Amino acid sequence: MTDATQTRPAPDRHVPDRLNSRAARIFKSWEALLLAVAIAIFVINSFASPYFLSAWNLSDATFNFTEKAMIAFAMALLIISGEIDLSVASIIALASTAMGLALQYGAGTPELVIIGLTVGLLCGAFNGFFVTVLGLPSIVVTIGTMSLFRGISFIILGDDAFRGYPASFSWFGQGYIYWVFTVEMLLFVIIAVIYGILLHKTNFGRAVYAIGNNPTGALFSGIRVARVKFILFLLTGLMSGIAAVCLTSRLGSTRPSIATGMELEVVTMVVLGGVNILGGSGTIPGVVIAAFVMGLVTFGLGLLNVPGIVMSIFIGLLLIGVIALPRLWAMAAERRKP
Amino acid sequence: MSTRPAPAISPDVSPMVSMDMITKTFPGVKALDQVKLDLYAGQVTALVGENGAGKSTTVKILTGIYQPNGGTIRIDGDPIAFASPNDAAKAGITAIHQETVLFDELSVAENIFIGHAPRTRFGLIDTAQMHRNAAKLLADIGAPFSSHTQLRDLGIANKHLVAIARALSVDARVVIMDEPTAALSHKEIEELYELVETLKSQGKAILFISHKFDEIFRIADRYTVFRDGAFVGDGKIDDISEGDLVTMMVGRSVDQIFPQSDHAIGDEVLKVVGYEHPTEFADINFTLNKGEILGFYGLVGAGRSELMQALFGITKPSKGVCRVNGDIKVIRSPADAVSNGIVYVPEDRGKQGAIIGLPIFQNITLPSLGKTSKSGFLKLAEEFKLAREYSQRLDLRAAALDQDVGNLSGGNQQKVVIAKWLATQPQVIILDEPTKGIDIGSKAAVHEFMSELAAQGLSVIMVSSEIPEIIGMSDRVIVMRDGRIAAELSKDELTPETLVRHAAGITTDGAAA
Repeated sequence: MTDATQTRPAPDRHVPDRLNSRAARIFKSWEALLLAVAIAIFVINSFASPYFLSAWNLSDATFNFTEKAMIAFAMALLIISGEIDLSVASIIALASTAMGLALQYGAGTPELVIIGLTVGLLCGAFNGFFVTVLGLPSIVVTIGTMSLFRGISFIILGDDAFRGYPASFSWFGQGYIYWVFTVEMLLFVIIAVIYGILLHKTNFGRAVYAIGNNPTGALFSGIRVARVKFILFLLTGLMSGIAAVCLTSRLGSTRPSIATGMELEVVTMVVLGGVNILGGSGTIPGVVIAAFVMGLVTFGLGLLNVPGIVMSIFIGLLLIGVIALPRLWAMAAERRKP
Repeated sequence: MSTRPAPAISPDVSPMVSMDMITKTFPGVKALDQVKLDLYAGQVTALVGENGAGKSTTVKILTGIYQPNGGTIRIDGDPIAFASPNDAAKAGITAIHQETVLFDELSVAENIFIGHAPRTRFGLIDTAQMHRNAAKLLADIGAPFSSHTQLRDLGIANKHLVAIARALSVDARVVIMDEPTAALSHKEIEELYELVETLKSQGKAILFISHKFDEIFRIADRYTVFRDGAFVGDGKIDDISEGDLVTMMVGRSVDQIFPQSDHAIGDEVLKVVGYEHPTEFADINFTLNKGEILGFYGLVGAGRSELMQALFGITKPSKGVCRVNGDIKVIRSPADAVSNGIVYVPEDRGKQGAIIGLPIFQNITLPSLGKTSKSGFLKLAEEFKLAREYSQRLDLRAAALDQDVGNLSGGNQQKVVIAKWLATQPQVIILDEPTKGIDIGSKAAVHEFMSELAAQGLSVIMVSSEIPEIIGMSDRVIVMRDGRIAAELSKDELTPETLVRHAAGITTDGAAA
C-alpha cells in the first residue's frame, strides 16, 4: 500500500484518457447488478406462476410502472442535482381535477391534454420559484405543495368524481399501438430515450451532475445553477402532467385521492436505479431497469394473489436489500484481507 | 475604571509554560521547526508572525489538538504531554479562537458550561448552580447581560465575552487569545483590553496573537516572533521598536527563486471605478493592464477576496462601474464574468474551485462546454482533446483523465482549476491565494506558469498574503486595509516593510495610525 503511493511517476509522462476500459466499467456498474436482479426475478416469476409468461399478461404488467417511470426520469435528474420533488402525486391530482373541471365546460381531448400538461408545468414552476428564487429547501417546499395541490383538488371535488371523459381521450391510457404494445409503453420508451440523451449526452446533463456534486463549485465555474434547477422543476411538473393524462385516461375518472402515495414509489424507483439520494450520481439506464424490477415484482406477486400491503413489504425489502448488498460485499471483502 | 496593576516584570521569574524545541511536521510540510515559546504568569506575551509562520499550529499544540513530533512542553518546570484537548484543559490551558464554536440555540450559561456543567446527586445538570456560577463569571468580566439570555440574541462582541467566560470557567491558568479583536469595534476593543488587564491581575499567563501592531504595543508585555515555522527572537516589548519588530517578522533569507518577469505591459484591460459593498469594501478604484501581474496584499479580513468575488459576479457591489476594454460591463453572475473574459481561481479549492466528485476532464471542460460541444450535445473526443492539451501545459500528475479530482493532491487539484479557466481563454485571471497549502514543487510550477501567462498577454490579479510571493511575482501591488485601498506600490517601491506598514496601518514615522 505505502510502496504503491510512494512510487514516483516518470517525469515526462503522458496522462492517459481513461483508467479502465469501457467493458470493465459497465461490468462493475450498479446497472449490471440491477439487471441481474431483474433477470432473476423474471426467471423466478416464470416458474412461480404458469400465467406469467403470457404476452397479454406481461403487457398489462407494464401499467404497474409506466406512469411512475415517466415521472421517475425527471425526478432522477432533480435528485442528481441535489433537489427533490415530493409533490408529484399531488400535481397529478390537481392536473386531473383541472381536466375534469374543463370537461364539465365541454373541453375536447386536445384541450384536456393541453390543460393537464399546463397545470403540471405551472405546479413545477411554483415549486421551482420557491426553491431557486427564494432559496428554500426543496424537501420542505414540496412537502408543503404536496398538501396544497391535493388540498385544492379536494376543495373542488369533495367526495365527488369527474367522469364521462370522451372516448378519444381513453387512447392515452387504454390504447394499443401494435399487438400487445400499449401507448403508454411507447411514451415510456420515448421519454426514457429523451432523458437518457438529456442527462448523458448534453451540456445540460453535465451541468446537472456538476451541481449535484458541488453547487458552489458549479456556480464558481460559471454555471447558471438557479436556471438549471428551475428547468428541472418544470420538467418534473411536466412529466407529472403527462402521467396525469395517462392515469386519468386509463381510469376514466378523476377523484381527489388519485395517485395517492405515488411520490414515494417514484423516489423508490429512482433510488433503486442507483441514483444517489444526496445527489451527484446516477444514470437513466439504471432507472429504466429499476422500473422493470418494480413492475415485475408487483406483477409476479399479484399473480400469486399476494395482497397489496404485503407487496409493499416486498418492495421495501428489495430496496433495502439491493442498496445494502454492495456495501455488505465491500465489508466482507475488507474482512477477508489480512 | 480599573486601576492598572503594574505587573512585576523581572527576567528572574521562570515561565509558567515553556515550549522548547517543538517541531511539528505534516506530510510534505514542516509547520514548526524547533520553536521556543515562554509564557509568564500575570503577563501578556504577543506571538507575532506572518500568515503561515506557524502561530495557529502552536496554538493547536498548546491546546492538545495537535501532538508535536518533537520537543517538550513544561508547566511550572515539569514536562507534560497533551494527548487530547481534554488533557490541555485539565492542565488549565484554554483558548479563545478567532471563531469560537458557540451554540446559538442555547442560553449563555449552557454555552459557558457545555461539557462540564455542575451535576446534581442524580447526575443531572444542576441548572440553578450552573446559572449562579455563570452569573459570577459574567460579573467578573463585566458582561452586561444575564446568564439566561439566548446566545442568538447577543451581538458579536457579547458573544466574545461568552467565549471568554467559557474559557475562564475551566479555572484556566493560561489563556490563549487568537486574533480576539478581529471582529470587534473600537469601543469593544477597549473593553477587551480592560478584561485582559483583569486577567493579568489574576495572575494568568496570556498568549495574545494579533496582526495589529498598535494592539501589541498597547497590551503586550513580551513578544515572540516566528517566521516560516521557525523561532526568530523574543524579549520584552519595552526593549523593541515597531520597526525592528517588523524587520524580525518579515526579514528573511530569500530562498525562493521567482521566475524572471520581463514581459511587456500593454494597454488597459480592466478598470474598476468606485466599487462599493455595504459591508465589505468601499471606494475601490484601480486599473489592470494587458500582460500585467497585479498583486493584492493585505491582512486576513481586509476585503480582498470579497472584492474579487464581486468582480467575478458572486456578490453584487452596491455602487461602482467595471469596464472591460473600455466598455462598461454589468456582471451579475459568474457566467457573465466568464463571458466577459474574467475568471477566478478561488482560495477554497475543495468547495469553490474543483468539483471533486467529477473526473478531471469534466472539471477542465465545464466552463468550456460551449466550445467542445455541438448544439448542446457533448462531444467526448473534443473534451478529452482540450483536457489533454491543458493538463500537459500545466504538467498535471494523474493516473488518468477520467480519474476523480478528489483523488489528486492539493497542488494537482489547483492545476486542474487553473487549467479549467485557461481553457476558456480569458483576458483576466484572478488567483486568490494561488499557492496556499500546496507543496513547494507545485508552488514553483504555479509561479512559473503565472509569469508565462503574463508574457502571453494575459492580465493576472494575484491575491496573496505571502510577502515573498507578492514581491517576487507582482509588477504592481495594491495594499488593502479595512476594505479600502491603503496604497498602490510600483515594483521598485516594494519592500516587506512597506507592505506590512500599509497593511497594518503604521504611518512612516513608526507610530500606529
